[in-house]
Amino acid sequence: MINWHTLFFLLFAVPTCLFAVAVVASANVVRMAMCLIASLAAVAGLYFLAGADFVGAMQLMIYVGGTLVLLVFGVMLTVQGPSVSLKISSANWLMAGLAGGALLIVLLSAVVGIEAWTSKAVAETAPAVEAGHTVAPLGMGLLGIRVDQLSQQDPTLRRGMSGYLLPFEIVSVHLLVVLIGAAHLARAKRRRTASTPATTAPLNPEP
Amino acid sequence: MADYLVQFGLPVWLAYGGVALMQCLILLTIMMFAAATFTWMERKVSGRIQDRLGPTRVGGRFGWLQSPADGIKLLCKEDLMPAQADKILFRLAPYISFCASFCVFLALPFSNGWVAQQLNVAAFFILAIAGLEVFGVITAGYASASKWSLYGAMREAAQVVSYEVPFGICVLIPVMVAGTLDLVAIGNMQQGWGINWMIFHSPFMFVTFFIYLTCAVASTNRAPFDLAEAESELVAGFLTEYSGFRWSVFFMAEYGSMTAVSGLAAILFLGGWHGPIPIADLLGLTYSNHAILGWFGELLGACNFLFKAFLGVTFMMWLRWTLPRLRIDQVMTTCLKYCIPLAAAMFVGVMLWTYALPGGILPRKTPMAAVAEAPAWTTVETPGGDRP
Amino acid sequence: MSFLSFLSQPVSLSHYLIVGAVLFVCGIVCMATKRNAIGVLMGVELVLNGAAVNFVAFSSPFLRADSQLSLGLDGHLITLFIIVLAAAEAAVALAIALCYYNTHATIDVDEGDELKG
Repeated sequence: MINWHTLFFLLFAVPTCLFAVAVVASANVVRMAMCLIASLAAVAGLYFLAGADFVGAMQLMIYVGGTLVLLVFGVMLTVQGPSVSLKISSANWLMAGLAGGALLIVLLSAVVGIEAWTSKAVAETAPAVEAGHTVAPLGMGLLGIRVDQLSQQDPTLRRGMSGYLLPFEIVSVHLLVVLIGAAHLARAKRRRTASTPATTAPLNPEP
Repeated sequence: MADYLVQFGLPVWLAYGGVALMQCLILLTIMMFAAATFTWMERKVSGRIQDRLGPTRVGGRFGWLQSPADGIKLLCKEDLMPAQADKILFRLAPYISFCASFCVFLALPFSNGWVAQQLNVAAFFILAIAGLEVFGVITAGYASASKWSLYGAMREAAQVVSYEVPFGICVLIPVMVAGTLDLVAIGNMQQGWGINWMIFHSPFMFVTFFIYLTCAVASTNRAPFDLAEAESELVAGFLTEYSGFRWSVFFMAEYGSMTAVSGLAAILFLGGWHGPIPIADLLGLTYSNHAILGWFGELLGACNFLFKAFLGVTFMMWLRWTLPRLRIDQVMTTCLKYCIPLAAAMFVGVMLWTYALPGGILPRKTPMAAVAEAPAWTTVETPGGDRP
Repeated sequence: MSFLSFLSQPVSLSHYLIVGAVLFVCGIVCMATKRNAIGVLMGVELVLNGAAVNFVAFSSPFLRADSQLSLGLDGHLITLFIIVLAAAEAAVALAIALCYYNTHATIDVDEGDELKG
């Protein structure tokens, strides 16, 4: 008897890991970007599978549809000739591989070693979040009201009753700052020295 | 539906797999059929708009045989690939576009409950998936190893990322009024006479609809926003090096996404599967009378929906053959200086309107009542819902 | 046969955490080995996603015997913040990369070893 959750988990987890490894292994930066897209899209599938539908859609929308388009855009603006694939020495590869392998072993031993994390779900006993209906509770949480914690009688178990209004506002302001900052950094600069001609607006060059 | 089949003793995996396959095939058929019909229509509509007849002589009456002939020609044509091209990405690009365009239909309801996967975040999901189509174009542009293709891809990337913002706001406005992201619920809220449609919610919503249309045309890369192809400046943009079957896959993706955004417009603004006159209710074609009658009511609704989506696509064709192509700076100006501020203003306007008149001028259904009205079998399995 | 027996078992929290760990390590190695500035940025994205997968896994009610122990919505909210901040970080990093490219005419981070721009 096939367990569907396991099957779909494999369907998403295996591409996630394989494409992540491909990002590291590939030398061509455009291939890297494409592998990254595939990997992160598969991660969105994992989110849906874990019952986080809004987060999954957000991952697809902002990460894959926004951030990575921006990344590919950047790749295309800078990709030319030798910078398409910059090789590194095999000694560096060996070092990185050893360090990465050691880190992976440490992490995996921690992940597999803790019993509470390896115990399988036997039955669904009062799930904390109703599966796949997280939009409204998340929205209320961002506004500062935790509707999912209302039924919790024990006040010590009532986590984060204050909600996430302040982080939400901080993130909003942060995004605005980033928007202005990035636009300022990446703007087309006019060289004001006489020796170099104006790079932009050739019709009315400044002296 | 899968549960229904399981009752007859089918193994679970066969029932679910079979139903999933069937839904995929139905959607694929709809997409192919839409592409073929719209190719033919494009010829006829463009002909009429330019005061000529379009195809008449060859290919039967009204030239309807020309689309099948076109299809066969494209299948038999040689798939050319430039020697400098990135082979894998060049092959992959059309399918990325097509997959993204196809996946939109997974969450798009055709009638009350007629949807491959009823998602709680359907509107958001469609918005997200529709944004992924740009990757196919960017990949094609890069992999073709041609400067025209790369120019086209760059323009497309800039355009799509920019237009996603006002497009998102325009989708958000009806969602805010409805109070749910579930497209089935949003469609059911607009039940009744045509005046219940979301577009007539408030004057602000009326304006929003036209901003939505502008952004939809831009995000599907249709003229006058088809800067990525721009045959007068970039040969054919990202499509320059494509031929034969791969080109036709791009083509189908374009028509698929046109249908998808028109369908989304129909659900969000134009009442979805509810016509201006509630014929199904007046004739008694509801589930409360009989399951079969209810099914026919749904069928009528699906026809309604498809007709509205079809109208949307026709409108896009009309635009294409009427307006001249914009320059790239004009495209960006339209987005950043007009669409985004207008959409944001409409957002505030609709918000204030809803706040001042919570019930609206006309009595409306609450979203929760609409959800409760969906037939029971529409609650298909949630992802990973089959846990032991 | 062991594959089939794995298929019939429900997945546990640690399976998701393994995916998170693989993403994290790939990201670290990517950051360490890539000479392309945007390649380094991709490594950062992988690391952030590894963390986000862990948060979603911890907040999922399906993966443990006792679902009361799951993080609930907190994990989802933190993941949302990760996604949004990653977008902001990518925008700034990309702007810096473009600036760097404008001044150095290359994207190789090894070339940027002087302090004046």
